[in-house]
Amino acid sequence: MTITLLFISLCTFLAGGLVPAFLRGNSRFSRVFGPVANVAGCAVGLLGVVLSMLYGPAESGSIHWGAPSGSMAVGIDPLSALFALPVLVISALCALHGCGYMKPYAAKGKDMSRFWAFYNFLTGGMLLVTVARNALLFLLGWEVMALASFFLVLFDAGREPVRRAAWIYLVATHLGTACILLLFSMLGSGGSLDFTGLSLPDRSWAGAAFVLALVGFGTKAGFVPFHVWLPEAHPSAPSNVSAVMSGVMIKTGIYGLLRFILFMGPPPAWWGWTLLGVGLLSGVAGVLMALSQHELKRMLAYSSVENIGIIGMGLGLGLLGISYGIPAMAFLGFAGAFLHVLNHSVFKSLLFLAAGAIQNATGTRELDQLGGLLKRMPVTGAAFLAGSVAICGLPPLNGFVGELTAYLAAFTGIQNGAGTQGALPGIIAIGGLALMGGLALACFTKAFGIAFLGEPRSPGAGSARESHFSMRFPLVALSLLCLLMGLGGWLLVGLVEPVVGMLTTGFGFPVATGVHASHAESTLRYASIGSVSVIAAVLLLLFVRSRLLARRSVTTAPTWGCGYGSPEPSMQYTASSFADPLTGLFGPALGTGRNLASPGGLFPDRAGFSSDTPDACTDRFYIPLFTGMERLFKRLRVIQHGRINLYVLSIVVALAALLAWKLG
Amino acid sequence: MPGLILFLSGLLLAPLLLGVTVRTKAAFAGRRGAPLFQQYHDLVKLLRRGQVMSGTTTFLFRVAPSLALVVTVSAAALVAPSIVSPGWGFPGDFVFLLCLLGLARFFTVSSALDTGSSFEGMGASREVLYSALSEPALLIGFGVLVRVSGEMSLGGMYGGLGSGEWLSAGTALCLVAVSFFIVLLAENSRIPFDDPNTHLELTMVHEVMVLDNSGPDFALITYGAALKLWVFASLIVNLFLTALGGSSFQYIAWFPAGMLLVGVLVGTVESVMARLSLLKTPHLLAGAGAISVLAFILSTRFLQ
Repeated sequence: MTITLLFISLCTFLAGGLVPAFLRGNSRFSRVFGPVANVAGCAVGLLGVVLSMLYGPAESGSIHWGAPSGSMAVGIDPLSALFALPVLVISALCALHGCGYMKPYAAKGKDMSRFWAFYNFLTGGMLLVTVARNALLFLLGWEVMALASFFLVLFDAGREPVRRAAWIYLVATHLGTACILLLFSMLGSGGSLDFTGLSLPDRSWAGAAFVLALVGFGTKAGFVPFHVWLPEAHPSAPSNVSAVMSGVMIKTGIYGLLRFILFMGPPPAWWGWTLLGVGLLSGVAGVLMALSQHELKRMLAYSSVENIGIIGMGLGLGLLGISYGIPAMAFLGFAGAFLHVLNHSVFKSLLFLAAGAIQNATGTRELDQLGGLLKRMPVTGAAFLAGSVAICGLPPLNGFVGELTAYLAAFTGIQNGAGTQGALPGIIAIGGLALMGGLALACFTKAFGIAFLGEPRSPGAGSARESHFSMRFPLVALSLLCLLMGLGGWLLVGLVEPVVGMLTTGFGFPVATGVHASHAESTLRYASIGSVSVIAAVLLLLFVRSRLLARRSVTTAPTWGCGYGSPEPSMQYTASSFADPLTGLFGPALGTGRNLASPGGLFPDRAGFSSDTPDACTDRFYIPLFTGMERLFKRLRVIQHGRINLYVLSIVVALAALLAWKLG
Repeated sequence: MPGLILFLSGLLLAPLLLGVTVRTKAAFAGRRGAPLFQQYHDLVKLLRRGQVMSGTTTFLFRVAPSLALVVTVSAAALVAPSIVSPGWGFPGDFVFLLCLLGLARFFTVSSALDTGSSFEGMGASREVLYSALSEPALLIGFGVLVRVSGEMSLGGMYGGLGSGEWLSAGTALCLVAVSFFIVLLAENSRIPFDDPNTHLELTMVHEVMVLDNSGPDFALITYGAALKLWVFASLIVNLFLTALGGSSFQYIAWFPAGMLLVGVLVGTVESVMARLSLLKTPHLLAGAGAISVLAFILSTRFLQ
């Protein structure tokens, strides 16, 4: 039953992709059919996922389809279900948002058939990745997902930066895929590519296989230093697509990493250390880069790098818990990572959708052009506030749940570890999480405060209007999800408990998940009680305050400007001035460029200041690397002569050689 | 019950702690200084007034003062009883406490940006700078306490520390107290991080963020600030009280003496040194973090 539902869902996405693709030009039909097919597919798939959570995993068995080593094997177990759940929920909500958000594009005569075709392919590809039980089928889903998202990034291909971003994304994702192909050829050397038959021929290969998986899947997930495509692709894509890519697609990298290291036997300690280190680096670098950006969606993209870092640190603590034999740290580390996977998908897509609403309403995403939007767009503003509080990991919203669990894992390591074994990773994680938490607070008070509060800094922001209902509905739904998942955090532990159980058993270190889960649940329940009482007390105090002020004179006046008579909106603090003390402190690592045109002469007329933080990783590592490679491979251009007959000849020669090798 | 006494006395006496600091500074300067109970007079005066609100602001500006006060009261409720009732709290409650304080900070900073004033923007920007650096110092400090006491809740931690732990890891615990004290100065906007005496150019962190608040809202903010100082001070006092051992009532007897000492200490620091230049304050906070790390290394060295 579960498998049938998954097949129906996959077929719905296929139909939702193919029908608009063949009806190109019939934009009006696709604009209805595309989202309807997507929501229907998500609903059916969601039913399947929920059934598997209630009644246990299901496998279809291997159905051969003719391709060598490939088979149509799908199945769903706790790990698949955990990652498929956000894919389906977030995709459906972003499809709804797209109905309103894409209207301006449609009005400009853009062909919506293409958009909805690739959108459905993207959702279908992500679902296939999570449920595939054959490596070739997995790769098929992986590539459908990568290419569909590439074409969606390229949606606004008329602009040069968009084409550049899409190109960077395509290169990055295929470098990742190359590593994954190598990994699969190692794991499948036994002959079968069905997951039941995957294994390494020799334990000594495990290290190389782990590195390949980390690079291959880490590129999709966005670990530093493989993150460079995120800040390019996310801002270029339409916002509902960025929401899906950042909220759920990058998590398929985490899924792939976990799924395939399960085939590599018990983890040595350096795997956990590597993940912890990569997570820490991604987290700190991501949030610092986010802090120094002034473009809203670029900032959100870097903040995804940070959150992937938090997930990586959780996984690292979990693996180290296994390697050092500390069951509580293993459980809490993994649980923290998985809770953050679920929570991040909600608040990050919420923030991206709100960014899209801002762009539609004001025509810009530059923070320094915005301001005062909370009064003009109250629903979007409240949603962005909820997303910001959640992403900073503050109670009572959901970001707090995963971060608290990760903290508990780290403190458990300190408490339980014999000697320094658990203490060192624990204290590193605590310091890192604390620093990231503080910097994230700086980052998101900046984003929310500069964009939504104060006075509008440009005419576009001043004339902004609240967005259409189809865009507001997903925002409200996701905000409510943030609150519910935050207050009901202990219920989520039950959701991730079987996944952790499956992982720890798979790594040969079975953990009594029930005991640890009940400890985490009780902590989260206390925290929820605390949050609810804080909310209640705030409401009570606000009531008392309003009664107190009811009989007093409450007057409205302009903001106090220290006696200055004619304040201007341009005199407000900007995004770059707000972040300046912190970016200055971390300046040597960030490489923030400052352009100052000082006023000169007796009657100065022009002066200006701007700051810009390019990606250090791109500038100092990838650009030199790729320029060098281009120089090296230029010599190969002799075989790129453009004569088709010679191309055909080389194909024939290659095929003949393959035949001779196979038969010989 | 003793916990309740400590909590309620905290709520009542918090403004008095500021009075002690003010009198200490006056004594150093050779003045008589404001009366010890001046804070209470100020609060009553503010509570009886009306309000002037900036026309730029939104609901955030109205909610933030109440929210900040409620959060600080909850922090006091978590911290105050911990020294006398080891069963109080839950594993990881100190993380929850810091996250709650973070929530209050989010709203305070947002309400400062809500006015659109560049002065308040400046204060907000510095507030997030200090908090980003003080949080690692605090949490690593708590890590030392977790390691030495073997417990994961505030009550458990203070209950798990005794003269034995002080003998074996006293250096580490003292270093934690130093680190906590530096964080106390930063979080409560005291010299050398910020000057609480003036309102404008010299005081560019906490006081400047609330420039546009007035009347009862400002009373909530002022009282909340006093209570926050009380909470941070009691974290340190509780730590040293564990060295004494003894019954709950001995703790309750010693506690005011400890708080008085912290108040005098803060006043002394403010009298003998000037406010650091803004560029140097992050170094001091990074130093607090380094002290916490050092304490942790010591604690792992001596407690295998």
